[in-house]
Amino acid sequence: MSLRARLKQWVDERFGWEALTAPLRKKTVPSHRYSYWYFLGGITLFLFLIQVVTGALLLLYYRPGANDAFESVQFIMTQVQFGWLVRSIHSWSANLIVFTAFAHMFSVLFLKAYRKPRELTWVSGMVLLFLILGFGFTGYLLPWNTVSYFATKVGTAIPGQIPLIGRPTLIFLRGGEDVTGATVNRMFGFHVAILPGIATLLIMLHLGLIQWFGISAPPKIEKEWKQSPASRREMHFFPNFALRELMAWYAALGVLGALAALFPWNLGVKADPFASAPAGIKPEWYFLFMFQSLKLIPAKIFGVDGELLGVLGFGALAGIAVLLPFLDRKEPFNTSRWITGAGVLVLSYMVAMTIYGHFAR
Amino acid sequence: MDSQSTAPPLARRRFVELILGTGLIASALSFLYPILKYLIPPKLPDYANEAVLAARVSEIKPNQGKIFRFGSKPGLLIESAAGEYSAMSAVCTHLGCTVQYRSDLNQVWCPCHNGMYDIHGRNISGPPPRPLEALDVQVRGDEIFVRRKTEG
Repeated sequence: MSLRARLKQWVDERFGWEALTAPLRKKTVPSHRYSYWYFLGGITLFLFLIQVVTGALLLLYYRPGANDAFESVQFIMTQVQFGWLVRSIHSWSANLIVFTAFAHMFSVLFLKAYRKPRELTWVSGMVLLFLILGFGFTGYLLPWNTVSYFATKVGTAIPGQIPLIGRPTLIFLRGGEDVTGATVNRMFGFHVAILPGIATLLIMLHLGLIQWFGISAPPKIEKEWKQSPASRREMHFFPNFALRELMAWYAALGVLGALAALFPWNLGVKADPFASAPAGIKPEWYFLFMFQSLKLIPAKIFGVDGELLGVLGFGALAGIAVLLPFLDRKEPFNTSRWITGAGVLVLSYMVAMTIYGHFAR
Repeated sequence: MDSQSTAPPLARRRFVELILGTGLIASALSFLYPILKYLIPPKLPDYANEAVLAARVSEIKPNQGKIFRFGSKPGLLIESAAGEYSAMSAVCTHLGCTVQYRSDLNQVWCPCHNGMYDIHGRNISGPPPRPLEALDVQVRGDEIFVRRKTEG
């Protein structure tokens, strides 16, 4: 008996091969002209795995704290073999995962995959998106360079403006009144322990829900299929879709490797808490639309602090986004038009503000 | 006729599998290689090739030992009852614990597994397989310098 057959028999005698692999054989993916959008979630998952592996590698040499953080990253970049590559892949992948997660979110929004019964899949996905932004924010300070220092100062000051809970939040995030070595230790803890723990559980829930409900087909396609049932197309998840997904992962890895090798991430200059902020300092591109909006809001609107209104506005928008499935109509085939419209509006606003923020002085 | 019509597609399939498989294995190796290299910690400069100030003459009395920092590892300086200095690595040759001088025994003792060395670092009882690495001692005025023994 071949090794493979013996292995299969070993599993079969204990767990029942047929029952174990039944979900895999049963699972299908709707096949239609929008099927390509189904790859985005998988690519995001793949990039998360890349972050876990490269993050674990960086942990071998990284040291938090104001006196060690910059030097240890410098050591990784200059002394450790392929250290520059590992850090660059981690940084590039961090940027790409934000992009793919947003793209995945908007594709789910426009293809209406959040509808009943998949509300909780959407909610868990939205929380994961916020967690990804949290990963980006907490990881940004870890090299302890000038831009990351000021970005963290500003980024922690923004929630500090919220009435009542603002001040304690700021102290909690900074580990004191100011951004110091204590802040690096805190962000490090969030970045490598708390966020990964929560994210792993949520990813399992998210994938479990997808497995439970199956993959959604857009209402437009479902309508077409209902009119002519012969046109319904589905492919098996395993191996047909899985192999396609694997090719997408392979391509993503190629893009990632090329970006990291051709454009290695800069380390910058070590943070100096007693130096002025450099001119033209900006956050990472994925926070740029909020940054630019807050810059444009007048200081006072009807006697209320403008910045505060902006922050609360973005908070409200995030809240609405999380609860989106519950705002849509209950009939699965007649989704509300305004949601698509609002989605287009928000997406155009984010893109326009990001471009504006990129070129604005 | 039958064998002719089935054999070529199978051979073609074998060929495609071979090409794809080789490509996948090659790329997997190219991802593994940097990771394995990354895991090897870079060599840090060891300053123990220069003379290290181990102690001052006034600090150490006959039949006494002192642990000092020798590069990245501990060293042991002993003044014998007769007033002679000897220095050696303080890293036990058994499993790397740091040894100490026992005035009551006039011997160097490793507490981890009861290893014994004489005041020149020669292993005399217990598990240590080799003598401790002997170091050169130089007294300049009040200062006692220790350096690695030069070959030859």
